[in-house]
This record gives sequence, C-alpha cells and structure tokens, in this order.
Amino acid sequence: MPDTYRAVAEFAQSWGLLYFFAVFVVVVLLVMRPSRKQRYDRAARLPLNED
Amino acid sequence: MANPTGVRKSFTHGEIGLAIALSVLALFSLIVAGKAHSSAYSFHAILFAAVSAYFVYKIIDRFHSRPAELPALEIDGKPNYNYGPIKFATIAALFWGIAGFTVGLYAALELAFPLLNFDLPWISFGRIRPLHTSAVIFAFGGNVLVATSFYVVQRTCRARMVGDLAPWFVVIGYNFFIVIAGTGYLLGITQSKEYAEPEWYSDLWLTIVWVVYLIVFMGTILRRKEPHIYVANWFFLGFILTIAVLHLGNNAAIPVSVFSSKSYIVWAGVQDAMVQWWYGHNAVGFFLTAGFLGIMYYFIPKRADRPVYSYRLSIIHFWSLIFLYIWAGPHHLHYTALPDWAQTLGMTFSVMLWMPSWGGMINGIMTLSGAWDKLRTDPVIRMMVVSVAFYGMSTFEGPLMSVKVVNSLSHYTDWTIGHVHSGALGWVAYISFGAIYCLVPWLWNRKGLYSLKLVEWHFWLSSLGIVLYITSMWVAGILQGLMWRAYNSLGFLEYSFVETVEAMHPFYLIRALGGLLFLTGAVLMVYNIWKTIASPEASAVPEARPAMVPAE
Amino acid sequence: MSAWAKHQILETNAILLMIGALIVISIGGIVEIVPLFYLKNTIETVDGVRPYTPLELAGRNIYVREGCYNCHSQMVRPLRDEVERYGHYSLAAESMYDRPFQWGSKRTGPDLARVGGKYSDTWHLDHLNDPRSVIPASIMPSYRWLAETELDITYLDEDLMVQKALGVPYTDEMIENAKRDAVIQGTLDPVEADDLLARYPNANIRDFTGTVTASGRLTEADALIAYLQSLGTAIDFNLYDDNANIR
Repeated sequence: MPDTYRAVAEFAQSWGLLYFFAVFVVVVLLVMRPSRKQRYDRAARLPLNED
Repeated sequence: MANPTGVRKSFTHGEIGLAIALSVLALFSLIVAGKAHSSAYSFHAILFAAVSAYFVYKIIDRFHSRPAELPALEIDGKPNYNYGPIKFATIAALFWGIAGFTVGLYAALELAFPLLNFDLPWISFGRIRPLHTSAVIFAFGGNVLVATSFYVVQRTCRARMVGDLAPWFVVIGYNFFIVIAGTGYLLGITQSKEYAEPEWYSDLWLTIVWVVYLIVFMGTILRRKEPHIYVANWFFLGFILTIAVLHLGNNAAIPVSVFSSKSYIVWAGVQDAMVQWWYGHNAVGFFLTAGFLGIMYYFIPKRADRPVYSYRLSIIHFWSLIFLYIWAGPHHLHYTALPDWAQTLGMTFSVMLWMPSWGGMINGIMTLSGAWDKLRTDPVIRMMVVSVAFYGMSTFEGPLMSVKVVNSLSHYTDWTIGHVHSGALGWVAYISFGAIYCLVPWLWNRKGLYSLKLVEWHFWLSSLGIVLYITSMWVAGILQGLMWRAYNSLGFLEYSFVETVEAMHPFYLIRALGGLLFLTGAVLMVYNIWKTIASPEASAVPEARPAMVPAE
Repeated sequence: MSAWAKHQILETNAILLMIGALIVISIGGIVEIVPLFYLKNTIETVDGVRPYTPLELAGRNIYVREGCYNCHSQMVRPLRDEVERYGHYSLAAESMYDRPFQWGSKRTGPDLARVGGKYSDTWHLDHLNDPRSVIPASIMPSYRWLAETELDITYLDEDLMVQKALGVPYTDEMIENAKRDAVIQGTLDPVEADDLLARYPNANIRDFTGTVTASGRLTEADALIAYLQSLGTAIDFNLYDDNANIR
C-alpha cells in the first residue's frame, strides 16, 4: 500500500505538475493573442451598451 | 409561444405541472405530518402542506387574472425584461440581511453575557449561531445572488428570462427553504455540519429549486442576442454549478424514516471531515466569492460607466480561480487526523489561490482608473471599491492562515472568526449593498436613490463597525492562541482553559459594538431603499451621475 | 439554414462553458477525496474502537441537535500544549463511526475529544444544569431542559438500522435489543449488564443522573452524559504504538 501512495505522489509531483503548468501557459497564450483584442473589447462593453 | 392574438386562454404546461406537483406535495406532507416522529417535524410538514396548497390556489388565481398570452419576449424590438422575481429577491435580501445581522449581534452578546441565553433551548448559542450564519450567507447573500444573476443575465444577453412560473418558483422556493432551515435550527433540527446544517428534506427541496435555477439561468444564456457570453455570467454559472455539486456531495444522507427529520450522513469520520471542508471552503469559494465576483464584473463597470480594466485578465481570473479553489478545503483540517498529504495539498493550493484572487481585485479596482474622482462623489461606487479592497485583504489573510505553522496558532481561535468577517462584512456585504443601491432605482424605474447622504452614513458607520469587529477578533484570536500554548518557568501550561475564556470578554464587547454599528448602517439602507421605492418617480432626488468624460 | 447553424454554435458554446467548468472544478475534489477511501493507511488499525451503544448514540444525537460543535472541537492536534492539556492526539480511527464527524472548528470552550472519565457524572449534570455553578467564569449556556426532558427511545432501533445499512457493524441482535440496551445502560441492572457488555465492551453502565433508578425514566441528560463519558476512552494508549501508523 505505501508503494501505491508513493507511485501516485511521484507521478503527481512530476508529470501532474508539468501538465497543469502547461495547460495554464496554453490558456494564457490563447487569451492573450492579439487577434482576440477586438472581440474582448466588444465583450467588455456589453454592460455599457444597453438601451 | 407565438400565439396569434385572440387565442383562447388555456393553462400552460408549467401551470398544470406545477399545480399538480404542489397538490401531490401538499397531500404527502399531510400524511407525513400525521405520522411524524416529532412535533417539530410535524410542524414543518404542515408548513409544507399549507404553503403548497396556497400556491396551487395562487396559480389558479393568477390564471384567471392574467391575459391569454404570455408576456412578449420583445416589445418594439427591445427585450421585455422580467423584473418581478428580481424585485422579490431584492426585498427578501434586505429583510434577511437585517434579520441575520440582528441574530449575529445577539449571538455575540450571548458570548459576552451568557445570561442572555435565558435557559431557553431555541435561543441557546448552539442553535442561533447556525441561524446567524445561514441567514447572512444563504438568506441575505443568496437572495442578492439570485436577484443580481437574474438581472445581469437578462441585461447582458439582451433576452427575457426563460420561463413564466419558473423564476418565481426559484425565488419563492428558495426563501421557503430558508424558512424551513432556520426554524429547524431553533427547534433542534440540524445535521451539525457547518454551513450545511439543514436536514435531508430541506436539502432535497433546495436541490429541486437549484436545478430550476440552473435551467432558468442557462436557458436565458442560450436565448441570448449577443454572440459573446459576458464574463459576469461565467462567474454566476460557475457558482450555480459548483454549489449544486457541493450540495449533493456533502449532504448525501439517509433519513431514519420518511417520518423522521433525522438522517445519517453516508460519509463517516475522516472522510466526512474531508467532504465537509471540500464543501465548506467552496461555499466560501463559489457562493461567497465566484457569485459576488459576478456582481463585481457587472455593477462596478456599469456604475463607473467604463468597461472592466482588462477583459483578458477576467477570463484568466475565472479559470484559475475555479480550478484552484476546489483544492483548498483541507486547510481547515491542519494537524488533524486527516492524512498529511491531503493537508499539504490544501495548503499549497491555498497559497497559490492568492494570485488569481489578487488578479481579480486589481481588475475590479483598476476599472476606476481615470475616474478616481467618483470615489469622492459617489458613495455607492466607494462602497463597491472598498469591498474589492476588503476582498484583497481577506484573500491575502486566507493564504497566510492556511500555512500550517500559522494555522497551528490561529485555528480554533477567534482569529478565524475575524478573518471570515473581513470577507463577509467587508467584501460580500459591501458589494451586495452597492449592488442593491444600484439595482433598486433601475428595477423600480426611479431616477436615483432617495438620499446619497444616507448612503454616506451607511458607509462610514458600517466601516467603523467592520474595523472594530476585525481588529478585536485579531487581538482576541492571537491572544487566545498564545495563551493556550504558554508555559510557565516550571514547564507547566501557564493558563487553565477558563482563564483564556475570561480574557476574551473585552474583545467580545468590542466585537458586539462593531456588529451594532454595522446593523445600524444596514437599517439606514433599508430606510433609504424604502423611501426610494415609495417616492413617486418625479420627486426622486436626481443622483449625481456625471456624463461620461473620456479619460485623459 | 445559416441562422440555424449559427444558433447551434452559440448554444454549444454555452454548454461547452458549462461542461468545461464542471471538469475544472471536479479535479481537485476527486484527487483529495477519492484516495481517502482507498489508501488503507487513512484510518489506523487499532484495538478498542466500537460502535456507540444505543444510549451513547442517543446522547450523540442530542450533542448534534444542540449544536455543541459551534464551541467545542473533538480533535486533539499533535502539538505539545494540546497533548498536555487534553491527552493523546486524536486518531482517525477514533471517529470512524461518527456520522457526522464532530471535529469542530472553534474552541470557545475546551476540546472534548478526551473528556470521557475526566469529570464525575454529578459534575457533568451540575455543569449542564448551570455551568457557572462549577466554573464561575464559564460562558456556556445552561442546558436545564436536558435533565427535565424524557429521552425518546421509540425509534432507537431504526437509528441503528440506518447506521448498519451505511456500514457500521451493528448486528441484528444489537438492533433487536437497542431500546432495552439503552434502558439497561442507564439504570444498572446487574443481571443484564453482562449481555450489554458482551455487545459493547467497556460500556459505562450506571445511573448517570442519579434519578433514573427512582423515577424509572431516562432523561436526555442521561444520554448526553453517557456519550460524553465515552469520548476518547476507546483506545488504551499505554498499549498503543505511535510509530505503528506513521503516515
């Protein structure tokens, strides 16, 4: 049983960490890419453009 | 849906379905009331029967007075927004707010003067403390969330809310849940799981209400005219979804019998502890944070008349916040019998949580950049910005307290109570007050609030109250923690437990004074709102709302 | 046709947002909760922990009803001052039959995880009736009604049945005798005490409030005191090896 624990812990602390960090970087890049600017500027004005 | 005019009036599916469901519920409740194991449960069953029967009557009554056609989705090309249920929830929020703050003040006074328990079961501290927490979190906060989410989702989607009876079912059903839960505590019906005290039948009822809430909210988003879903709705959706998951997980229980209010939770001991604080901390994370961030992302830009500082940041804020929050629960169980690996995970993620929290805080406050003068001229926006500042403060204090060494001192003490209240009074209540001050003139079609001067008074009285509350609890908590672990020169524990209780007395008094000031401010708000609604439109005092000036 | 296609994409986006959020919020909970049911070292292997007797369980339900967790924890942390003040730090095994767990989060009053056997029954009764009669500076409410209210044991067997369904090792014999066992434990009938002890080893059997023998009726205070006196007494820590369950 302690081996299961160790195996899971080691996997989480190496590949798991790397995976979540990579996902985070991808999300940031996707959100930050310049082509999105216009879309987000429009979205940000949504509450203000009401009738 | 698009009936030609002059069509014969007939019951909608919703009317028939709800009337039948409520009739069945009323009959069933009567049977339960007759065979209930305890008089308290019997009382609740009778309440269920009476309220269900009353609303069957109301549905039929409403049918006779309503026009044949349901309200149009649009009038003259503009969305025909549904404000009725929102008005109901707003008023309910004000009522429960005053009730919850008052009970909190009384509970605080009981700790200072135990005689106030009067040897009566239903007002003993152990029963009214959950009444206070549920009243402020679920009754006050919950009604604010329902009201604002229904408002924001309609306005930013440019669409009328889905459903005819469904939104009413949500607001009335939710408030009925609160009545059942609250009276239950006073009568001794409780699961004694913190912030999840309602027993199995209240939980079941809330589940039904919540599913309808999700359907109405999602349905309105699906009906939207705008291609983009505004970020405030993301936060509201995250809140509704996660609370559903947490509620089901933490309240998985088997009743002793359908005739008994008592149930036993399916989890036991250490697993129950983990599930409870997975729930408990995310009640903070999703009910008291994500939901109210939805309010922040709509009401601050709207009131300041400028778009949110960075829309990109708000998206990163959303995903990182909901991902990280869920992990933080075990920090409530440091040094307990919960395995160390879980404690370490909880601590690590709690510390990381500091980042998205402050990202959101910066985003909220910086929305005012270029319009800082509004902090001086508009007390409503000041209230909301100060609330975001408090959000920043308590989301810094939280990660700090989740570090194991700090927690070994702070846990079990009043420091925790102080921390919770800097978030609850400073962040949740202030952003709610701000939203209500904005919402009421919009909903009731008034030019502005009755008196901005009263808002000023509300702001300063309650700010002083918060400062007294949290500083006294900081000192009390740290003092208590240090006294518990103090040793004398001979190596014995310096203080008996009761000496540490005695030392708390002055701080309990200061805390009660802080609570009194906060309550007084809220009473001023209710008066102000009442006058705003009661004043005929023409005589409403025009509000200082300067025209938009481009930022230099 | 094109309007339909456009509408469909919008719909799927909202649904996608919902599913995405659901996945993101599920990960943390799954990682932290699921292993607790599978890793065997989560709950220590120890001797002595048994399910509550019917009377203790009734008392525990009163503890739950009155919301005692609001001020009292039941979790001694492995810190020097706590171990000296309250006793051996709490083990997960000690609350393995607790539904719900009552570890608490606040100590307005002291921890109760090991309060069993520390005070006499009379002290507990006085303390419940009027806390300030025994501890002048106490801020606890008086719980006078407990000693005045007869304990309702009508449905005690149903309580045990539900617990059994949830995995607590109550036997059919225990369920059958639940109500009788409650009365026996609270009145001290020497003939039947052996039966009870066989079912629930080390149970305290006596007239906890000192009024049952005369009046013939159990009160809620009897049940609560029976519960309190059992707290933290299951394991003999003279025999327990702290290193046996390092996690």
